[in-house]
Amino acid sequence: MTRSTISLRTEPEDHHVAQLAAAAIALSLAEAAIPSPVPGVKPGLANIVTLFVLYRYGFRLALWVTALRVVAGSLLLGTFLSPSFILSLSGAAASLAVLLAAQLLPRKWFGPVTLSLASAFAHLAGQLTVVHWWLIPQTGIVYLVPIFGASALLFGTLNGVVVARLLASRHPLLDQLGLASPSPDVTSGERP
Amino acid sequence: MSGLRLIKAGDWLSLLAALCAVGWLFVDLWASAPGAEVVIRSDGHLVVRQSLARDATVTVQGALGPSVIRILAHRVRVVSDPGPRQICVKEGWLQRVGEAAICLPNHVTVEITGRHRLYDSLNY
Repeated sequence: MTRSTISLRTEPEDHHVAQLAAAAIALSLAEAAIPSPVPGVKPGLANIVTLFVLYRYGFRLALWVTALRVVAGSLLLGTFLSPSFILSLSGAAASLAVLLAAQLLPRKWFGPVTLSLASAFAHLAGQLTVVHWWLIPQTGIVYLVPIFGASALLFGTLNGVVVARLLASRHPLLDQLGLASPSPDVTSGERP
Repeated sequence: MSGLRLIKAGDWLSLLAALCAVGWLFVDLWASAPGAEVVIRSDGHLVVRQSLARDATVTVQGALGPSVIRILAHRVRVVSDPGPRQICVKEGWLQRVGEAAICLPNHVTVEITGRHRLYDSLNY
């Protein structure tokens, strides 16, 4: 095999982004395979990864991981640039915008559950905005909004608890991936 | 140790706020909009049947001329009518199932119908 003439220098941070984005994409794909009674009601498991990254590595990497997940995930599902990609993008953008503000809440009192809920509802709001202004500007979708809201509440809470558990976890798998907490400060939710 | 608690005090607050928000969504979108519809007829023929939830302005051609009907914020009214006594215009906003405005000279009727009819007819 000829050696590639292109060499990309990668930092450890890039590896983290790639690993975490891969995890997020895997969750998106798994989720796409789960049948849902109402289109649009999904657990949003990939958000677990986004929140985990936000807590461990900060907002910048969370943005990277989410952007990679949306683009690469849509390529794998074959929805790139389709309406469902735009929906996924608008949901992710709205949820990141809200997370940017919500992460400033005092960590002593507000944990991953709050951030997860905020991001779930922002995701819903972002998508509904696009649906309303672009895809189906009718009122029919309005009747489904309570169902979407209930699902955001349920899965937002569950995902938040999962993130809280992950952050507190000392599972060896996290060590192997280099994702174990760098310092006990982070696990206790205090800002370093 | 407090950091290991998975759901913190503020999280319960967020949870409560989210619960209230969703509850309000259900009440606002499901309970107060029970699929009520506006039925507009001209000369007995159905012209428009649409949800009361969708704001719209409809112009219906009647026997004397155009009647303008406006649907706004889950209510409906006749805005203008060529009839001489303006009875249906003075009827004002209709919002309950069974309420109706009848522009007799122009042969135009506006009625709210719904899944659950409260009355067979209303008499004023």
